[in-house]
Amino acid sequence: MLGYVIPLCLAILGLALLLTVARLIRGPGSVDRILALDTLSVEAIALIVLFGIWTGSGLYFEAALLIAVMGFVSTVALCKFLLRGDIIE
Amino acid sequence: MNGEAFMNAQTLIEALVSLLLLAGSLFALLGAIGLYRFPDFYTRLHAPTKASTLGVGGVILASMLYFSTRGDGVSLHELLITVFLFITAPISAHLLAKAAMQQRTPVERVTKGKPWE
Repeated sequence: MLGYVIPLCLAILGLALLLTVARLIRGPGSVDRILALDTLSVEAIALIVLFGIWTGSGLYFEAALLIAVMGFVSTVALCKFLLRGDIIE
Repeated sequence: MNGEAFMNAQTLIEALVSLLLLAGSLFALLGAIGLYRFPDFYTRLHAPTKASTLGVGGVILASMLYFSTRGDGVSLHELLITVFLFITAPISAHLLAKAAMQQRTPVERVTKGKPWE
């Protein structure tokens, strides 16, 4: 059963990624684009964990953890740059 | 009696994992649809921060269930990603709203709850 469900979930998540990239291109202003980039990193975590279930290897969760941390730090850095003009004062 | 039962423990676990995976991906798709279609930035902030976090939580719950039943003990370390996302998603949403208010991002007339007048 998982042989049918996992490609279906990959397709659903791919559609969600396409919609987010559409907002990334369209968004009027930089805050919309920062939000789209943050959402892209969260959806990439879901894709990596799904791929880990598919191949049956438990090593892929570490990459997902790294992307979670890096996505959050980059969102905070971009917002701080918009707010203050300087990231580390 | 049949030679093999219709629903044994393996099939049940697979069904539960499939259900959680489908629910999680559908939530992530709902978050992305909201991000694409809402008219205003302040309304667009709600959709991905809540729905996508829930969707990824569902997928990680399915992964925990799948790897726990394959031997080598209970794998709880994947819960770390969910806890991290639950803690940091409000922080990034708060900072994004603060940056948008400073940039004076235009707000629609129908958006409720404007903090400035």
